[in-house]
Amino acid sequence: MVPAPSSLWQAWLDEVHGGFWQQAILDSLSHYSLGLLVGSVFGALLGLLCGMVAVVDGLLEGVVRLLRPVPGLAWVPFAILWFGLNMAGATFVIAISVFWINFYAAYAAVRGVDPEFYELAAAFGHGGFWGRLFKVVLPASAPGLMAGLRTGLGQGWMSVVAAELFGVPGIGARMMQASSLLATDVVVVYMLTMALLYALTDFLFGFVSSYVLRWQP
Amino acid sequence: MSVTDSVACLEDVGLSHDGGQTFILRHVSLSLLKGEFVALLGPSGVGKSTLLRVFMGLSNPTEGQVTEASQSAAGVAAGQREAGKRRAQALVFQDARLMPWRSVLGNVMFGLEGLALTRKEKQARALAALRLVGLEEAAERWPRRLSGGQRQRVGVARALTVDPDLLLMDEPFGALDPITRSALQDELLKIWQQTHKTVLFVTHDIEEAMKLATRIVVLSGSPAGITGELKVEAGQKDPHSSAFKIYTARLRAMIAGEADPGGAPYWHSAEI
Repeated sequence: MVPAPSSLWQAWLDEVHGGFWQQAILDSLSHYSLGLLVGSVFGALLGLLCGMVAVVDGLLEGVVRLLRPVPGLAWVPFAILWFGLNMAGATFVIAISVFWINFYAAYAAVRGVDPEFYELAAAFGHGGFWGRLFKVVLPASAPGLMAGLRTGLGQGWMSVVAAELFGVPGIGARMMQASSLLATDVVVVYMLTMALLYALTDFLFGFVSSYVLRWQP
Repeated sequence: MSVTDSVACLEDVGLSHDGGQTFILRHVSLSLLKGEFVALLGPSGVGKSTLLRVFMGLSNPTEGQVTEASQSAAGVAAGQREAGKRRAQALVFQDARLMPWRSVLGNVMFGLEGLALTRKEKQARALAALRLVGLEEAAERWPRRLSGGQRQRVGVARALTVDPDLLLMDEPFGALDPITRSALQDELLKIWQQTHKTVLFVTHDIEEAMKLATRIVVLSGSPAGITGELKVEAGQKDPHSSAFKIYTARLRAMIAGEADPGGAPYWHSAEI
């Protein structure tokens, strides 16, 4: 049952008039941005640390292997158990799915840093951990970090649906309600809304990324 | 020449990466005197760069001792380094090794980060170093926009800006085309005459060593040791002179590890 394009416009207007559309976007946006922030920051930090410090890498290797294949959706019951059916639970699910993308992006980026830059840093008095981190690792792995963040932006929107699947209010929850009432036009309205939001965040991030990486050809 | 003129000194240095099983360097003694331009000549892969890194403090010798300027040479310069405004040594890499994420000026200023200077002072010093290598107007450019010769000039500026007692250069012009190389050699000589830096210049090119250096030290063998050294006077620098040809022949013999054919004064570093 595919809704006619004309019915989408009416469905959207109804959602806007009822205030549901604006509220759903606001709710989802707050889950999304917080989850994205937490997942990206922790993922990238841990990835950097594992990439730089062999001891940490060795210690966490097993845990990483164990947790990595767990899909974001599988965390939903735990999110409900630990945080409840609320904003924190939804944020957690989004953060988890973004975390791994940034973890691996950062890890690979650090491993890809040309070791000759470490020698350069040491030659000019920055051979310590912090010198290496700030003078070499962060700038040199910026392209990989930015690619991870960008992939996470998309993955984050995808997991918004999973995070809100069980009733935390937002776009995903609204979609679930509509689909249970077979209101496919409303479902499509929110699908398009999400696509638009993703396009917008990706577009904006493009500016940030090209500014940070302006040294690249 | 007294010991106090020495800027840096290696005494009976040996270097091994496997705890003394096999040595890369063995029994190397070399003293660098203030203001001299020493070329470290030897075949590729013999350990010249390794020796440079021992001087730089990037590799710790397994045997022997490294004495640095601060312990021997007194004066205002060393006092200022204690105040954190200079560095004892600076290294110019073979591949320029510029950070692509920094502008030309940013790359030169990298040498100064961590020194007790204000941002303004750092910028002024970096610009002065760029002026010295003739790249002041390229300060805001990205390294990828530079030619090979220009990149190497930035590498030289980065080393000069820290005002080092000892300038270490690891085959800096080896990867350049002959025309650019010759131009940069001339410029380096000009800078050396202006700044009176002590230079240790690694090369495997006999002509380059003859053109630049006041003293040539030959590193050869396995484990590598100093197989001979020559002082080069102005009269011997003309490639068409017979003195130049004799010197070149002697250096070839030293590199090959053969007996010195003789023909001019000859020292072993231990005798200095």
